[in-house]
Amino acid sequence: MYELMIVGGGPAGLAASVYAARKKLETLLVTVDIGGQVNWTLGVENYLGYQFIEGPELIDKFQTQVSQFPIDQKIGSKVTRMGKVKGGFKATTETGDVYQARTVIFATGKRPRRLNVPGEEEFTGRGVTYCAICDGPVFSGQRVAVVGGGNSALEAALDMVKVAEHVYLVSLTPLTGDRILIDKLSNAKNLTIFTECQTERIEGQDFANGMLVKDIKTGESRRLDVTGIFIEIGLSPNSELVSSLVKLNRWGEIPISCACETTVPGLYAAGDVTDVQEKQILIAAGEGAKAALQVHHYLQRLKT
Amino acid sequence: MVDKKVVVYSTPTCPYCKRVKDYLSRKEIPFVNHNVAEDRDAAKEMIKKSGQMGVPVIIIDGEVVVGFNKSLLDTLLS
Repeated sequence: MYELMIVGGGPAGLAASVYAARKKLETLLVTVDIGGQVNWTLGVENYLGYQFIEGPELIDKFQTQVSQFPIDQKIGSKVTRMGKVKGGFKATTETGDVYQARTVIFATGKRPRRLNVPGEEEFTGRGVTYCAICDGPVFSGQRVAVVGGGNSALEAALDMVKVAEHVYLVSLTPLTGDRILIDKLSNAKNLTIFTECQTERIEGQDFANGMLVKDIKTGESRRLDVTGIFIEIGLSPNSELVSSLVKLNRWGEIPISCACETTVPGLYAAGDVTDVQEKQILIAAGEGAKAALQVHHYLQRLKT
Repeated sequence: MVDKKVVVYSTPTCPYCKRVKDYLSRKEIPFVNHNVAEDRDAAKEMIKKSGQMGVPVIIIDGEVVVGFNKSLLDTLLS
């Protein structure tokens, strides 16, 4: 049984790994990927020590630093079940591996929120995308829709009006993003904005070729002929695995104390999956560090 | 290292694409990069070969990998 298992390899999990290793805790890091949401970030301008660094480069630096320490790493392992065992916790992975540890730092971050409409899953990767900065240019010259009304949706729409034939911006609410972005969009001639419209379904054959939107005030539905659909409606916490162990808040986040404790002794959480205010790389890293130090104290207390 | 033909389809703005290219460079594996943001024919070719529209796509001796899947790349390149 390990002393500590860290689940998640974003900034919180990696910072926790460094701090745990420096406290010489027998540590296992188990994660689907390295970098988490930083993988979606091309440029970072607010991580202390770097005026500008590319997301991938920052991840490399994190990984190099973690790899200097003798902790066990299971990268590419997706945990599918978390539970309690005598004297600790147990994680089971997709491939059936079971790991046990006396304490856990749960740092699984967030993922793009899904619309949960028919056709969405079917056409993911075949017209539907959650990474506008990645896949946007593939749709140049085509008719596309951006779903969402916040800053990420507005930024995606701004990028797409430059390359797409036409862009529809479809928001369930009035636009909630920054005024400056809305103003920039108002100059675009190839943009149609539908607010207070609900996306009902995504249609297509081999690839997506349209989506149905319903005006929630008039009840009227219309079909938009689009081959690209960019879903930018925010993020959901990856907290399902611990939902039977702790009570999540209304957004699905894990409530923690200022010492990163959950309501279960020995189960700690850090970073974007928690209810900590502000989701930032720097803050997640700090939370991860703090969680590891708190685990160290906790294990010391158990010994005495 | 066995000589393998490696082709990458990417966009300049995609962080995962950069990770793939950095990974290959670090392993000193030569590859041909197609910028599908500029090259429409390459974009069509990528969609045809991978059956999907997301980047990056990596083709190693005919085997198609979608996304930066490091363990799969390790296996295919070994």
